[in-house]
Amino acid sequence: MLRTLSRVSELPIIVKQLQKNAAQAGVAKTNNYATEATVQVNRPFKLHRLEEGPETTVKLTKDEALKYYTQMQTIRRIETAAGNLYKEKIIRGFCHLYSGQEACAVGMKAAMRDVDNIISAYRVHGWTYLMGVPPLGVLGELTGVQSGCARGKGGSMHMYCPNFFGGNGIVGAQVPLGTGVGLACKYKGNGGMCLALYGDGAANQGQVFEAYNMAYLWKLPVIFVCENNNYGMGTSSERASCNTDYYTRGDALPGIWVDGMDVLAVRSATEFAIKYVNEQGPLVMETNTYRYSGHSMSDPGTSYRTREEIQEVRQKRDPITSFKELCIELGLITTDEVKAIDLKVRKEVDEATAQAKGGAELGLSHLWTDVYSNNLEPKLRGTNAYDIDHIQERKGVNH
Amino acid sequence: MLRSKLSQVACATQRAFSMSPKSLAAKQMTVRDGLNSALDDELARDDRVFLLGEEVAQYDGAYKVSRGLWKKYGDKRIIDTPITEMGFAGIAVGAAMAGLRPICEFMTFNFSMQAIDHVINSAAKTFYMSAGAVNVPIVFRGPNGASAGVAAQHSQCFAAWYAHCPGLKVVSPYDTEDARGLLKSAIRDPDPVVVLENELMYGVAFPVDEKVTDADFLVPIGKAKIMRPGKDITIVAHSKAVETALLSAAELAKKGIEAEIINLRSIRPLDMQTIFNSVRKTHHLITVENGWPQHGVGAEICARFMEDQAFFELDAPVWRCCGVDVPMPYAKTLELNALPREPDVTAAALKVLGGKK
Repeated sequence: MLRTLSRVSELPIIVKQLQKNAAQAGVAKTNNYATEATVQVNRPFKLHRLEEGPETTVKLTKDEALKYYTQMQTIRRIETAAGNLYKEKIIRGFCHLYSGQEACAVGMKAAMRDVDNIISAYRVHGWTYLMGVPPLGVLGELTGVQSGCARGKGGSMHMYCPNFFGGNGIVGAQVPLGTGVGLACKYKGNGGMCLALYGDGAANQGQVFEAYNMAYLWKLPVIFVCENNNYGMGTSSERASCNTDYYTRGDALPGIWVDGMDVLAVRSATEFAIKYVNEQGPLVMETNTYRYSGHSMSDPGTSYRTREEIQEVRQKRDPITSFKELCIELGLITTDEVKAIDLKVRKEVDEATAQAKGGAELGLSHLWTDVYSNNLEPKLRGTNAYDIDHIQERKGVNH
Repeated sequence: MLRSKLSQVACATQRAFSMSPKSLAAKQMTVRDGLNSALDDELARDDRVFLLGEEVAQYDGAYKVSRGLWKKYGDKRIIDTPITEMGFAGIAVGAAMAGLRPICEFMTFNFSMQAIDHVINSAAKTFYMSAGAVNVPIVFRGPNGASAGVAAQHSQCFAAWYAHCPGLKVVSPYDTEDARGLLKSAIRDPDPVVVLENELMYGVAFPVDEKVTDADFLVPIGKAKIMRPGKDITIVAHSKAVETALLSAAELAKKGIEAEIINLRSIRPLDMQTIFNSVRKTHHLITVENGWPQHGVGAEICARFMEDQAFFELDAPVWRCCGVDVPMPYAKTLELNALPREPDVTAAALKVLGGKK
């Protein structure tokens, strides 16, 4: 755990790379069904300025397996529904899908405690759901109706719930914001921390380095998570970054590279990181992942990469399929249980989709509702005159 | 040299008030001390309040506004930052979202442009975007407007920039009472507030009575103050331009013209009611500001008159006295002429009055 000044520790410390193989894992069984298994993470962690890294052998219970599979599958279904709604022109404007990256969010959430926080950029439908907003809250926000988690006023990039600070539309801006949330945790002494997520594109923003610097100086409990899906819009990481080892880019900050397609590896790395940042200060975690869709719905995602590349990842590295196969192989989940979950998730998301499609937008008066928590404007200006009285419906959480 | 000249101006300004014996006996306090004591009061009152910015702690503040606070409150509450405005403004906004009450000092507002995304996109819009779920109680403060001899990049007024944006509140104090009372109100406010101070006013002392030094003294955001009553013409100004307006009022008085001087105090909300009421009496209006003319505070006041019944109270067009529409030059004479001075305001007033007096 001691930081080293050399980069020797960047070399993979785990030489043995285990394939998913139940035979090599310890499995506890009752009535011929496993209740708990011991699993090796899929690909070794890489470390920067760390002598010890996250656990490579992790426990997985049946309940956890069911939970993670359900969560990942729900995110995938929500995104599929969102993509369809967009094509039907029911979702407007921006819509960035998370399909392919599910293991990152589910793995991190699995490690988070009640006191922990997360902030991310604009690919947040999955995170919003994981942090407690039901599928209708997400899909309703996308279709801009009252049942949306921001009542249709935020849209795809601006969703919030307790311990989840959004949904940020400005690339990179969420990183100092998340650092500030970490500062608040330390200031209040509540033992919490903040995950500040950004992509490989945002990783080159100046303010990201400013945030690293201050977080390190002030020993803030912040995990800087670079979700590297290899493309910042249509620019590959090699074309945008002088150093594509994003986990090393915190300079003095230690870093961990983790296979972002392996939910258990992400969970293990996040557990390690949470402990580390609370004891020693910030850390950078790169989750290597892939997005199947284009950058947003307006991007077919094929001009800067090949269809074959996408297909290959889908077939060989899909986070949901690989986790499902592992769990079946370990005897933690049966194929019947998988089918039941798939059916349940499909039903839940289909119902939410129907409600989101059929829902009503807020009444017109909400145009001038809650601009200020304590409004002092005598009148707001409408399109033609100062003829609007601000409506105060909520005060916000910070009083 | 500069300071002594400034205090002469301050004396002249004070003479421009109709001073009662009581106010003559009042305690003198500089704008800097007004701000410093406001910070001290609010840090003591609420544990969630903290100050961060460049040189605010060990250096005692680049302009000594935070003098003594680090010694009193320590590293947790008074935080020196590296020279990275975008980063620390974002950190401050994030801390506000998570329940603290940050005061984010920009060494000068010129540097706030490095961080304007966090002021506008992160702070001002979040309450609305979250449909009223997450309010952002933060203060952005520091010296704004032209200083002396620091040239173009360090001399401009951001009142119009920030006041343009819904979700923000913007205040621009002139004297000690304003500075102290508005800053305290800003810190207690649940919304993001931009406090535009003025470096040239920091060292100027004003009389303050007991109520101003009281720990619970507040100046309400969104209310203008009539600095000097008059019946012939209304002159509206903010920040250091209030001084120019008061000097002009003294000059106009010699010609038998009674100007009513309105100190805006708040740029957003803009207290138009006080201005309308004044113009119903005076029927003439000029605005004075040290910012640029185009889309400026004066321009907004003109537009508000065009759209209100008060327009019909005007006997002459509204006129603006503004900074010259150029980047601020360094050379002393050029710089002096880049901002409206008393003779400019007096001339504008006489023009608007059209020889009626």
